[in-house]
Formats: sequence, C-alpha cells, structure tokens
Amino acid sequence: MSYFSDIYKGIKTLLTGMSVTGGYFIHARKGALTQEYPDNRETLKMFDRFRGEVVMPHTADNRHRCTGCQSCEIACPNGSIEIIWDRAVDPETGKKKKKIDKHIYHLSMCTMCGLCIEACPTDAIVWAQNFENSVYDRSKLTKILNQPGSSVLDGIED
Amino acid sequence: MNFIQMIIPLNITKTISDWIYSIMPETAASYTIMVVIAVAYLLLFAVAGLYLVLLERKVAAWFQLRIGPNRVGPWGLLQTMADALKLVSKELTSTIKIDKFLYNLAPYFVIVAALMAMAVFPFSKQFQAFDINIGVFFLIAISSIGVIGILLAGWSSNNKYALIGAMRSGLQTISYELSVGLSILTMVLLTGSLQLSEIVEAQRTGGWLILQGHIPSVIAFMIFMIAGTAETNRAPFDLVEAESELGAGFHTEYSGMKFAYFFLAEFINMFIIASIAVVLFFGGWLSPFGITDNITWFPEVIWFIIKVAGLIFLMMWFRWTFPRLRVDQLLTLEWKYLLPLNLMNLMLMAIIIWLNWTI
Ligand code: SF4
Ligand code: SF4
Repeated sequence: MSYFSDIYKGIKTLLTGMSVTGGYFIHARKGALTQEYPDNRETLKMFDRFRGEVVMPHTADNRHRCTGCQSCEIACPNGSIEIIWDRAVDPETGKKKKKIDKHIYHLSMCTMCGLCIEACPTDAIVWAQNFENSVYDRSKLTKILNQPGSSVLDGIED
Repeated sequence: MNFIQMIIPLNITKTISDWIYSIMPETAASYTIMVVIAVAYLLLFAVAGLYLVLLERKVAAWFQLRIGPNRVGPWGLLQTMADALKLVSKELTSTIKIDKFLYNLAPYFVIVAALMAMAVFPFSKQFQAFDINIGVFFLIAISSIGVIGILLAGWSSNNKYALIGAMRSGLQTISYELSVGLSILTMVLLTGSLQLSEIVEAQRTGGWLILQGHIPSVIAFMIFMIAGTAETNRAPFDLVEAESELGAGFHTEYSGMKFAYFFLAEFINMFIIASIAVVLFFGGWLSPFGITDNITWFPEVIWFIIKVAGLIFLMMWFRWTFPRLRVDQLLTLEWKYLLPLNLMNLMLMAIIIWLNWTI
C-alpha cells in the first residue's frame, strides 16, 4: 500500500513547493530585490554591511582616532595600507610620541577583506557605503585617509 | 478542380472567403485562401512565440523577486522583438565535421511539426484552418515528429553532449507519449469523437469535460499536464537541454536563426500542449457559464487565449518550482506511476460512462 501513500506524499510535497513559489510570485511587485540603478541613483541607499571603501572619519574640528600604531598596515594581506609616521613632542609631558603623517590607502589593491578594520584597536577606520569608485586615472585610487592638518583626538591612547 | 477544397475544408472567417470567391475564379480563390491562412498562421506563430518568451522571462523574474525585462519599449514589451532581430542578423556558424544535410534539416523538422499541429486547433467557431475528423489522432501523430528533428540535430552535430541530449529526448518522448495518448483517450471516451470542433461542441450543453467526467477527468488532466510538460522538454523534465550537464543539449552547435527555431519551437509546443488541454478539458473557446453566448460580436478566441494563458502559466510555475529529475527518476515516474494510474483511470472512466454517472 506504500505505492499510493507515496503518490499522496509526492503530490503533497509538490503542492507545498508550488505554494511557496506562488507566494513569491504574488508578492513580487512589492518585494522585488532588483534596484533599477541609474534611475534611482538619488534614492538608492546601500545596506549597512556593504563594503565600499575604507575611510577614516574625522570630527568637526578635524580630529581623527588614529594613533599610528600600524596594526592595520600589518594586518593587510596585500599591502594596501602604508602608514608614514613621525615623532612629535607631546606638549604636556615633554616626551616624544608617535603620530601619523600620512595614512595611505590603495583602493586599487584592496580586496575589501576588512581585516584592517578588525585590527584597528581604536576604531579609527570604517567602511564607507559609496560604490561609484571608477576613475579615469589609476593614481586617483591612492588615497590619503587623514585630512591635512588633522590630529589625533585626546584620550584615545589610554 | 475542387480537389484542394476537398481535402482541406478551409473555413477561416466566412466573410473573407466569400469575398475572395466572389472576385476570383474558384481554383485561384482556393489557392489565395491557402496563402492567406498560411500567412495568418505564420504571423500568429511568430507573435505567440515571441510573446511567450517575454512572458516566460517576466514570470520567471516575478517568481525570483526580480523585475525582468523593462528597458526595451514600455515594460520591456519589445525586448523579444529586439532579440529576434539580433538572432536573425547573426552569422550561422557550424563545426567542420557535421553532417551538413541533416544538420540543416533538423530545425525545420522541429518547427514544421509545431506549425502543423497549430492548424487543427479550433481557436473559435470560425477560426480553424483544418477541421479533420481525426483531429486528436493527428495531433498525437504530429507531436512525435518533432523528436525526430531533435534526434537529427543531436546526431548530425557530431558533439557528444548534443548526442546525449538528443538520446535523452528520444527516451523521454517515447515514454511520455504513452501517457499523453492515454489521458487524451480517457477524454475521448467521454466525447465519443476525435474531431476537435465536435469535442468543443459536446461541452456546450453538458459543461466542461473536466466537470462532466469529474474524478477520472481530473486525474487525466493532472497526468496530461505532467506528461505534456515532459513532451515539451521543459523543466523539471529538461534533461534534454540540462545546461549544467550538457552545455545546451541537442542545440549546442546551432547558432543564429537555426537556434532561434529550436527556441521558438519549445514555446510553441508549450502553447500546443496548453491548447490541447483547453480543448479537451476546459471547453475550448466556449465562455464559462455561457456568459457571452448571446453577444454575437464577441470574439470567442479571447476565451481560448485566456484559458491557454492560464495553463501556460501553470507550466511556468512548474518550471520555476521543481528541480530537474534524474534519468532513472524520469523513467520511474512514467512507467511505475503515470502509466499504471492512467490505465486504471481509463477503466474507471469506462465504468463511469457505462453506469451513466457522468454529470
Ligand atoms: S580591507 Fe583588507 S585588503 Fe583592504 S586595506 Fe583593509 S586589510 Fe587591506
Ligand atoms: S588606523 Fe587604526 S590600526 Fe591603523 S594605524 Fe591608525 S589606529 Fe592603528
């Protein structure tokens, strides 16, 4: 008798499958995942976890959180980050202290693996959400992440 | 003199034929009518094929939560026209070691078989080019010719994938032909006629055949849709093309318009299977509950198209839901399940008619 119960079970599972896809079909107009990109450029918002490029946020008075520890440079598997650092005298303690001169980031080499962001102890670098990264000249993809004249926020190193 | 008319009773809209007969001698007129009908059917064929491709793409997109073609023309309506133009303008390439004659012949087998089947359908009371009294039999016979084209294509391409695809197609068609034939036979028991226009007329008074024959009719319909989907080589029975295993299956070596013939033939075959089902189960061009019977100007062909579209949608639904069967599963389904059930169903239908239990 398993012959007929097999048929019954078969039909039942097939109908279950069809009801699932049928549900998708009905909701397709509202739930479409497709973005009609160039048309909705103004309203298109990338999702939170999207990895566009690595950036270093600055506060309004031009200060960032990077201490120049070079963890990101070491973490990067393909050498996309180069840090040119310097020593400066700390006015409070009078000791010499490490600080960044240029945080150079090669977007053209970056694989978006995110290891640098994981490695940063002070969360100085984050993912940006932009994706229109094409340029006519490859050298434009080499970016200096810290803005000129910026300095590290107080109290970050503690 | 009336030879042509005798074998082909042409009765595309009476007014047109009367008009042509009135301005021409009889022989010339019957030839003219033949040409008119041929052109009309070719146009229908091309338009139906192209728009079914578009429909398939749209429906597929909606099943997968996408939008589908939407760039060429409003809502992408001209997309397949553009594709067809592209295919026509493509170079026809072929490999060196093909069997030239068979290779070039194969697409025509497939497409001509599909076209011939179209001729017998009663799209409406007037619009039926070829109303023979063995219409159903003719359809079954014609639908087996297409597979010869596929076998030829696979063989002459001199390509192992094409050959495997073609052999699978032969296997599949031979197996499922049986189920299609038997489920049609079940319905023919009910009407007692093989003539398609008479089958439709039989449903005018007693309701659609799927209701007249209740349980066995519904079973026959289910078997017919499964076997019909297998006949057209569409997913979940697309072992013939099986992109992930065989490249493109039997038409791997074809390009340009010859490829387009195979492609269009698949969609026309889908239309044919849906049309057979509509005529046999859903009353052909008859309106549901006779709601437009008294409106004389109403084109009944609209009902036919709506029903066919519904069934085609069902087949697309199958395609975008079910995974492809393995060859052994394919044969198990046919020989262990569909065929015995079909025979039982045939008996059941005979008993029901004998005891007069039809509605
Ligand atoms: S995301 Fe990966 S590849 Fe890119 S800079 Fe960071 S560590 Fe290097
Ligand atoms: S970005 Fe972070 S990890 Fe890299 S040097 Fe600055 S503080 Fe260190």
